[in-house]
Amino acid sequence: MSRRADPKANPALRSAKGIQMDPVAPDGKATVAMVAASFALALVFMFSPLARPAAPVGALFWTLTATLAVLASVGIRRTAAIRGTGGGFYASMTAALFGFWILYFWQLLVVAAEVPRVLLPSPALIVASLWDNLSTLGGDFVQTVIKAVLIGWALGCGLGFLVAIAIDRMPFLQRGLLPIASLTSAIPLVGVAPIAVMWFGFEWPSKAAVVVLMTFFPMLVSTLAGLQASQRLERELMHSYAASYLRTLWSLRLPSAVPFMFAALKVNASLALIGAIVAEFFGSPTTGLGFRISTEALKMNMTLVWAAVVVAAVTGTTAYALLSRLERRVAFWHPSVRGRK
Amino acid sequence: MVHEQTGSMNVAESDSNHSLLAVDVRKASLVYNPHEAPVHALSEVDLAIRPGEFVSLIGPSGCGKTTLLRVIADLEHITAGAVLVNGVTPREARLARAYGYVFQAPGLFPWRTVLGNVKLPLQIHGRSASECETIAREQLDRVGLTGFESKYPWQLSGGMQQRVSIARALSFEPRILMMDEPFGALDEITRDRLNEQLQQMWQRERRTVVFVTHSIAEAVYLSSRIVIMSPRPGRIVKVIESPLPDARTLDMRDSIEFVQLAHEVREALAHGHDE
Amino acid sequence: MAMTSKRHGHAAALGSQGAPIAVVLALIALVWYGLAIALNAQGAIERNLADVMWTWQDLVATTWAMERPVLPAPHQVALDLWASITGWPLSSPRNLLFHTAVTAESTLVGFILGTLLGLLLSIAIVHSRTLDRALLPWIVASQSVPVLAIAPIVLVILGSIGLTGVAPKAVIAMYLCFFPVTVAMVQGLRSPQVIETEMLHTYAASPWQALWMLRLPASLPFLFPALRVGVAAGLVGAMVAELPTGAQAGLGARLLTGSYYGQTIQIWSALVMSAVLGLVLTAAMAGLEHVVLRSRRQT
Repeated sequence: MSRRADPKANPALRSAKGIQMDPVAPDGKATVAMVAASFALALVFMFSPLARPAAPVGALFWTLTATLAVLASVGIRRTAAIRGTGGGFYASMTAALFGFWILYFWQLLVVAAEVPRVLLPSPALIVASLWDNLSTLGGDFVQTVIKAVLIGWALGCGLGFLVAIAIDRMPFLQRGLLPIASLTSAIPLVGVAPIAVMWFGFEWPSKAAVVVLMTFFPMLVSTLAGLQASQRLERELMHSYAASYLRTLWSLRLPSAVPFMFAALKVNASLALIGAIVAEFFGSPTTGLGFRISTEALKMNMTLVWAAVVVAAVTGTTAYALLSRLERRVAFWHPSVRGRK
Repeated sequence: MVHEQTGSMNVAESDSNHSLLAVDVRKASLVYNPHEAPVHALSEVDLAIRPGEFVSLIGPSGCGKTTLLRVIADLEHITAGAVLVNGVTPREARLARAYGYVFQAPGLFPWRTVLGNVKLPLQIHGRSASECETIAREQLDRVGLTGFESKYPWQLSGGMQQRVSIARALSFEPRILMMDEPFGALDEITRDRLNEQLQQMWQRERRTVVFVTHSIAEAVYLSSRIVIMSPRPGRIVKVIESPLPDARTLDMRDSIEFVQLAHEVREALAHGHDE
Repeated sequence: MAMTSKRHGHAAALGSQGAPIAVVLALIALVWYGLAIALNAQGAIERNLADVMWTWQDLVATTWAMERPVLPAPHQVALDLWASITGWPLSSPRNLLFHTAVTAESTLVGFILGTLLGLLLSIAIVHSRTLDRALLPWIVASQSVPVLAIAPIVLVILGSIGLTGVAPKAVIAMYLCFFPVTVAMVQGLRSPQVIETEMLHTYAASPWQALWMLRLPASLPFLFPALRVGVAAGLVGAMVAELPTGAQAGLGARLLTGSYYGQTIQIWSALVMSAVLGLVLTAAMAGLEHVVLRSRRQT
């Protein structure tokens, strides 16, 4: 990589006014080479004696770290700036690259500076803890996600959908129920967790009950909104065909409502996960991700806490990704889905 | 020469002919907001349309042409007077699937393919799956869209979408076709082509067509009879029987008869506007 | 003429809106009283009416007046709230408003910090392609992650540094508000149409001018819904933060202690109070939106 292409060396590559700082269309291959080189340097550095816990953290260490950080950010910036046909790939690579460097510096600094494990464990320790506690965390996963979240989410969304259909022809009830339902989003519904425990016991049903409550209202509101979403023209078209109410519901209004329902399903997936975990904070049986996080945190066993958080995070993103996939299949026709890359 | 008719047919004539009429509108009025700020969308409109005619309703915004069409289609209801379609009320005609309606926008369902959209009314009317398939394919062929059956609406141009909408309206072979400025949103070249296709379809099949438009040229080119309306209150100002021959080509638009007719229509519009 | 018709319109709207809501609320109250009878009946029979000859009226009256009911009746909760608020000085832990203030303080501090941080970061993201591609995807992805689960970690870390009290709760509320605000603001700052940005370009406007005169005003309609979501999320965060360390004050703490000692009515009072706090906070945001965007309304 020539020094002239480096924006830090060549002020002409900085934009004249404003904040936009892009090197002008850098060469993709050169960037890849540069990033690879920085990877190599990073690896060498990490396994060198300088980065060992035993070694003192002095000026040399910090200089090398700072240089590596500069290289990393330049690499990220160049990858971000790549345009053209390969642009999409490089765009996602930028985010991945950023994530990688965060993990790397986390690992490097925590180990070298001997940060206490209770304060911030290194990524390697977290992964190790994940591996060691696989069965425990697996049990937690089943308790929280498979039982409380999945069942609660399905029930809550299902009930919301059914009630919406039931009151579809009752505008009076809708006018009364919709404002109240929208207001519930302002209320910390997880607070019903102690009451749910009182009614349904300590086990997963009480957590599922909290999830049902949290997911019911968004689904109700979104389904109702979706059912009204069909345009006047299409409804008049069905009217001109003398189509019955059920026919119109099935052929027009439900398909129109699908994008709205998917938005609610996705939001509800995160709400469900949060609800189940936080409900477990309030009091729980002896398994569950929330239980694991809160009790292990009290015991200062932070690696396991982080491992449980990772499990929860992966669950959340996977659920969202799966729902998005499904949405692309079912609601492929909606402009918002069509416009996605 | 042009044969003029103003206002209403006399009652005796209308009575003897009414069983033959495709659309019979008698002193129809539609008033919105009758108590606070009344809007006379239609005011004592009389119109008799015989089967097989191509009637255009033309006029400025607010003259009631679309309202009149919607009243005939049972999409709106009159506050006074009578409307009969094929001898029955608009509602009964709608339930009997007597007409097809083409809106200003294609109104295609984006989750259905082109073929699926054309099948829609057939499925609602309870036809068998194989029937739906054959008829839909045939209708698409008639509007020149063979090969696009499995495309989705957003993959087609505006003109093609509107053609699908017409194929859909004709799929169940209604005797009456109602069209509300169907080509208004299209560019002129596409519009010309579709006008030609519509004309040729009408030549072949002689369905009754009630056609709302803003465009004088379009009205003159397509219709056998032109109804000029004016607003505030919405009413018919003049009805003109077209002297042009039935078989028409786009070149006719430069002929003297065409220009004269267009001139007459334009005069009537201006006159209605001044009233 | 215009004024009276507008007022007439408002009154009509309230009538058409108020009546259904009132009916639904009345239905809810009815169902609630009914459920109270059903759920408390067994306990009432076993405990309160054990040695007495009782009629149906006695049973119903008892189910609505138990000390530790399975489901307290609405008036029981209301009375408890009233007694708590009026019966004790505001600084006393027996007064629910004291706990409300504690939770509200952490929520608001965290919310304001989170919003500011979100605003700054969103402006940076919109102007830097690097940040846009490297950082924004992570922020968007975090919306599907239960970020609240990190709360115990945050509490432990901040506790070991010596930060206790409002600070850790505010930090948790802060990062819960931060995500929706950032995502919404990025969307809002990018919402101006190409026509508008190109027009400013022909005026040789600097990016700062474009930001101030076009992007920020255009982003406000996106900001306020996110503020509502953020403040509600911040409230949940503040309440959850009160749990793990066995906090003594705050609505979350009240919920926890109520559940430990089986004080049902206390739990319900705290729950109702937190609902009221949530509604007040989001109403404040809605009010702010109304004031700021007042001139934009096109009836």
